[in-house]
Amino acid sequence: MEDGNLISSIVPILYLLSAVLFIVGLKGLTRVRSARRGNAIAAFAMLIAVIGTLLEMGTIHWTWILAGLVIGSLVGAVVALKVEMTSMPEMVALLNGSGGAASALVALSQLWGKIIEPQTAGAQAAGSVRSVLGAAPAVTTVLAILIGTVTLSGSVIAYMKLSGKLKGQPILLPGRHLINVLLLGASLVLGIWAVTQVLEAGSLQSLLLVVVAASLLLGVMLVIPIGGADMPVVISLLNSYSGLAASMTGFVLNNNVLIISGALVGASGLILTQIMCVAMNRTLANVLFGGFGAEETSSGGGGKHEYANVRSFSSEEAALVLESAESVVFVPGYGLAVAQAQHTVRELAAELEKRGAQVTYGIHPVAGRMPGHMNVLLAEADVPYEQLLEMDTINPEFRNTDVVIVVGANDVVNPAAEREQSSPIYGMPVLEVWNAGTVIMIKRSLSPGFAGIKNALFEADNTMMLFEDAKKAVQGILTEVKDL
Amino acid sequence: MMGPLLVGLYVFVLAVFVGFEIITKVPPTLHTPLMSGANAISGITVVGAMVAANSERPTAATLLGTAAIITATMNVVGGFLVTDRMLAMFGGKKKKKG
Repeated sequence: MEDGNLISSIVPILYLLSAVLFIVGLKGLTRVRSARRGNAIAAFAMLIAVIGTLLEMGTIHWTWILAGLVIGSLVGAVVALKVEMTSMPEMVALLNGSGGAASALVALSQLWGKIIEPQTAGAQAAGSVRSVLGAAPAVTTVLAILIGTVTLSGSVIAYMKLSGKLKGQPILLPGRHLINVLLLGASLVLGIWAVTQVLEAGSLQSLLLVVVAASLLLGVMLVIPIGGADMPVVISLLNSYSGLAASMTGFVLNNNVLIISGALVGASGLILTQIMCVAMNRTLANVLFGGFGAEETSSGGGGKHEYANVRSFSSEEAALVLESAESVVFVPGYGLAVAQAQHTVRELAAELEKRGAQVTYGIHPVAGRMPGHMNVLLAEADVPYEQLLEMDTINPEFRNTDVVIVVGANDVVNPAAEREQSSPIYGMPVLEVWNAGTVIMIKRSLSPGFAGIKNALFEADNTMMLFEDAKKAVQGILTEVKDL
Repeated sequence: MMGPLLVGLYVFVLAVFVGFEIITKVPPTLHTPLMSGANAISGITVVGAMVAANSERPTAATLLGTAAIITATMNVVGGFLVTDRMLAMFGGKKKKKG
């Protein structure tokens, strides 16, 4: 008895401590100097929450709990330690998905454990979920299942698009908006109906499976129309959803730590989503429902974009231009990630620095496939983060820059965003590389980027095109520069 | 007196505001680690999953709970570890330099 009292007064304190540490940890993650400590603090907060829960549970049947913890930790640790930095977008997508799945599974387990199984066994009189759990937990259970499963299937599709198992281009089904509205409506109405009506355990069970299936399909439908280049938005949004799902589970279990930490994640995901949308000058609705870049697939890419005056150069000629350059700016894009060219770029930068040039990197906020994608890759190659300049900082500098080397980027350096009002990307903030003395553009071909539009930069007088894979091209220039 | 739902709602709304307040002006370098770190935090569902799996009998509820523990723990362990790995890279070359 004595013991029980002690524990019941300690546990809420532990939860409070855990919630506070989550906030401190998350705040730490927003500053470079404190980020690593912030992450460790958040992990410690998680440990405290787990210990608090174990204390609160009292009698613990370890079999399944331990099995789950061991398997989950092993899989998580192996994947986290083995994953290549270039695969980080896929990794984050999968993590989002597993978070969503966990929330949905907890909510389902509640329904099975508290309603379906006792009623099947005859231990509990027939009654609606609402009458057993209460109205609010009944509704939040449905929401947890819905948001959780949408996060899961949406993340799996995002993962498949990112890893190339599915085409990156938007897949636009006719009537998809209507289908989505119907799916959302069906999951919500059926879900709420299932928890408010007095149902046979068997019918409740089947109804729940229908709800799960409908929301899984909804998650798929929501992500397949979104193009690969819009993935930074999708990933941040799914991140936000996984937090919301955890929060809903918190309502179901009446647990404030879950509500708080879920809400924090929801907010941070939403902020990143907002940052990404601003960086593309598009609204969230436009990204989610616009099917941007789809014309490209329908017109087959061909004759629409005629280029005149495109001049192809060799790596030797590029090296000659670089020889006299005093300031060089690298502008990386998704092509750098695909070719895994970050280390070669770093080597070339080191060689140029050795020859007295000042080297920096201009990073567009949506370059790559997730927020901060380029920063992670360049950090892996040991590029000091002080050399990575944000768009607003680097744009005025291009005027005084001798050479800009664009490595596998396209739309984020397209002058049409500033010059052509009719362009679909008009108004999107871009890196003004054309102001530099010379632009060396490394690109595999003249094919358009995600926006499916022509890039006038390719035919500018001060642009040198190098048609090659990013890594090979940079390697070629490096060899030539060393030979000078 | 407020019911648990209302208390929960207060907590939720205030926590969202705390989230918005502390995460302003994140340098782009930290966008990915912030996302994966925050994601690890959303694995807090593991707490609920443990309660759900707390039984000897392998009923559907227990198995669903166990599956929830597995996915949530993957999320937690994988998320925090991979974030640490990334952040170690950001800090790593500083030491080399100085």
